Amino acid sequence: MAASNPWRSRRTSDTLFFLVMGGISASFILLIVLLLVADVMFTSPSEFYRALAKPEIRAALQLTLFSCTVAAILSVWVGTPLGYLLSRYSFRGRWVIDTLVDIPIVLPPLVLGLSLLILFHQPIAGWQLESALRDGLGFPVTYRWPAVVLAQFSVACAFSVRTMRVTFDQMNPRAEEVARTLGCTRGQAFWQIALPQASRGLVTAFTIAWARALGEFGPIMVFAGTTRMRTEVLSTSVFLELSIGNLDAAVAVSLLMVMLAVVVLVVLRVLGTGLAS
Amino acid sequence: MIELRGVTVKSGSFVLPSISLQIQSGEYAVLMGTTGRGKTTLLESICGLRRVAEGQVLIHGRDVTRWSPADREIGYVPQDFALFPTHTVLEHLEFALRLRKLPRGVVKERTHELSEVLGIGHLLSRSIVGLSGGEAQRVALGRALSFRPSVLLLDEPLSALDESTRHEMHDLLRRVKQTTGVTTLHVTHSVSEAESLADRCFWLAADGIQERPVSQTY
Repeated sequence: MAASNPWRSRRTSDTLFFLVMGGISASFILLIVLLLVADVMFTSPSEFYRALAKPEIRAALQLTLFSCTVAAILSVWVGTPLGYLLSRYSFRGRWVIDTLVDIPIVLPPLVLGLSLLILFHQPIAGWQLESALRDGLGFPVTYRWPAVVLAQFSVACAFSVRTMRVTFDQMNPRAEEVARTLGCTRGQAFWQIALPQASRGLVTAFTIAWARALGEFGPIMVFAGTTRMRTEVLSTSVFLELSIGNLDAAVAVSLLMVMLAVVVLVVLRVLGTGLAS
Repeated sequence: MIELRGVTVKSGSFVLPSISLQIQSGEYAVLMGTTGRGKTTLLESICGLRRVAEGQVLIHGRDVTRWSPADREIGYVPQDFALFPTHTVLEHLEFALRLRKLPRGVVKERTHELSEVLGIGHLLSRSIVGLSGGEAQRVALGRALSFRPSVLLLDEPLSALDESTRHEMHDLLRRVKQTTGVTTLHVTHSVSEAESLADRCFWLAADGIQERPVSQTY
């Protein structure tokens, strides 16, 4: 009996492998593409420009760009030291902090918004955080733009911490240790050795935080409200337009968000991978 | 001078038993022993990267056991070199000097001198990416020697090098020893390295450390 051709058998197996893996992967990619195509087909350029011309949408776009950027900067600012500490040091109770960091990720968005609202308005021995900020510093938060930023930051920061921790985990701590034998304090080793190596991680953390802030809706609605021209961001615009039956405008704003997200992701990815140079 | 008095290091279930030794100023000592005995741990304890559970580490008679690594003034070359990925070769040589806020002229003079001794003058502007094993080794050695430490710790620095580069490095280390007079503790598995370089040889075993003639190490 002639032996079966092992070369042909392996080649068939490889083809099957790519068909199965590619097929499963393609189903998800196809879903995203079809979603975008459906949105584009539903609206028209004139409808898109008409939605963009509305002063409410323009104000929402400006607040979105501002709040997402501030929330992302704050997230990286907080996420970097926290990610570094969690990555580099073993200390009692680290697992508790590790778990706490993930809570904003797993918490239902509305619950997070409600928790923020309670935190700012819960009287503690006659003292209230919102009153203290409003009357003491002249900086009211609830139902104003700072509430939008804080709601976005609360979730975005958790993603930033995770990203930075993975970044530092992947870096060999040996270089920082050698820097300390050369005369560095821990702080100098962090600033001069660890942080420059983490530049791509910083860009990634910023990108993820920005994108996450853009999509935030639940906590903003509860904690900042959806007041037009004041606390309205694009995600709440979609909701407001839908709630008054203006489906065309809702889809136009959705497409605007998609375009915004794609532009930011591409720009930051190019910056992060150094493709720009 | 490096002196260890009953140094014990604990890390999880691993215990480095009470280690005592003395290496006189200017001596080149080699530390050998089977894998996993704690040779690297011992070097890290001397330069302050690992906490000593018991005992004392003395450098030139001063008890530095609780000092931070930055204050011990010990040059350290780890096994993987641990070069700084975002620094050029020149920046490696300048790093410790800039931390000490030395005048620009002094920094320039010292880096020039080091690059001449180590034969890396042509590499100064290069990033560390793409350096050969021998070149990376010279950069790591230059970085450790830049601030003129009185003690130098080398952790298997030649293990990843090919035979001819290793011989070149033997010559270089002998030259460094003669010109700087730095007290050196060099961890290695290589008898030829020990024979070529060592004034004294220590053997780390499960029950502690012993001094042996180089020829009796294996």
